[in-house]
Amino acid sequence: MQCPKCHARMHTYNRNGVEIEQCSGCRGIFLDYGELEALTRLESQWSQPGPPHQGAPQAYPPAPPAAPAWGAPHGGHGGHGGHGHHGHGRHKSFGHMLFSS
Amino acid sequence: MPGPFTAHQGDLLPADVLPALTAKARGAAHPRSAVCACTTQDTVLTDRADGTVVRHGDTVAKAHAPGTDPVELSQRLAVAAHPHLSGILLPPLGLTPVDLHGRLVTCWPYGTPVDPEAPENAPWEEAATLLARLHSTPPSTLAAGLPPMRGPAKAARAIARLQAAGPHPAAAPVLRAWSSLPAWARAEGPMPGAGALCHGDLHLGQLVRHPAPEGSWLLIDVDDLGLGDPAWDLARPAAWYACGLLPPDEWNRFLTAYQQAGGPAVPVDGDPWATLDVPARALTVQTAALAIVKSVAADRPLDEVQQAVVEACGRMLAMPEQLMPGDAK
Repeated sequence: MQCPKCHARMHTYNRNGVEIEQCSGCRGIFLDYGELEALTRLESQWSQPGPPHQGAPQAYPPAPPAAPAWGAPHGGHGGHGGHGHHGHGRHKSFGHMLFSS
Repeated sequence: MPGPFTAHQGDLLPADVLPALTAKARGAAHPRSAVCACTTQDTVLTDRADGTVVRHGDTVAKAHAPGTDPVELSQRLAVAAHPHLSGILLPPLGLTPVDLHGRLVTCWPYGTPVDPEAPENAPWEEAATLLARLHSTPPSTLAAGLPPMRGPAKAARAIARLQAAGPHPAAAPVLRAWSSLPAWARAEGPMPGAGALCHGDLHLGQLVRHPAPEGSWLLIDVDDLGLGDPAWDLARPAAWYACGLLPPDEWNRFLTAYQQAGGPAVPVDGDPWATLDVPARALTVQTAALAIVKSVAADRPLDEVQQAVVEACGRMLAMPEQLMPGDAK
């Protein structure tokens, strides 16, 4: 899905068994109906003694590496990220470009 | 790309060169035999304006681009064969190019390339480490008088082809972005700095595993190798990332591996774009120019990926100076 704020591609991450969408551009997070409550419930369980061990919580990916000012638009960050096209899967034309002088 | 003998033969290679090239590959594969008795098929690996490569068994023969300087090519072959570059560059089978019907031909061992159908498996870390080692090789330990790295010259040639291709609506921003580059990046002035040993034309087609199929990754194609700004060799992946084509994690893997291997083109910490910016602009412009040339020749509109590269050229005009990340919001 596309980010409603900056229109970059959103990626799905699993957070304690709750699937959330994070924007690859502005890093904003989208929660479906009930997911906030699910996360809150998990948080309260976590703070109680003997939290259920379901493996380490999955960290959010870091911000993308630096890119030049003329780089592909990066949502609300004014043009220093590379998020224009790769979110749509490897384009055949880019596959060819990777091997071309 | 592999293709049948006849695919581009009329455009790219005079009809008499391909059989001679094939015979050369066969001769190099069987140096002591007058007749090839093996059942190996001859395969054309690439057939492009900048070189045709034919494989016979474990040997390939390359016909270099028309106009290749024989002295410079010999110097580059000597670098590829030098013990200091062992494990970095694929060494040639012989140090002297042969003239076949006006084309210079060299022979090489066959290596397994990156699978064009699975570029997601690209060996980014290995490529970066090979580049870091290449760039760290002191030129003074090699033969004196190495030619310059030909990256800027190839960018200039792409612009000349764009100018000769005829009108195209996307040409204007590409040409303006080109004219905004410093003279050295347009091959109109000397490159700054002392100059490191550079590959000059890095892309995923320039890596093979040797011995095939599971040997170490090595860099191939020394046609553009020489002294220059090592950032040029990182600038094609940098340009793909900046254009929004290469995913951030793949760019990050490549850049981090280069830094960890001690490559001199970018600082270990701090902004790599201080040195990457100009070469990445130049290679973005070069890629856009060649995309437009192809688009005109095929009478086909630019696709989404090519359009992204042209759009990046347009944005360069609004931002003549590199802005630090975080400046714009």
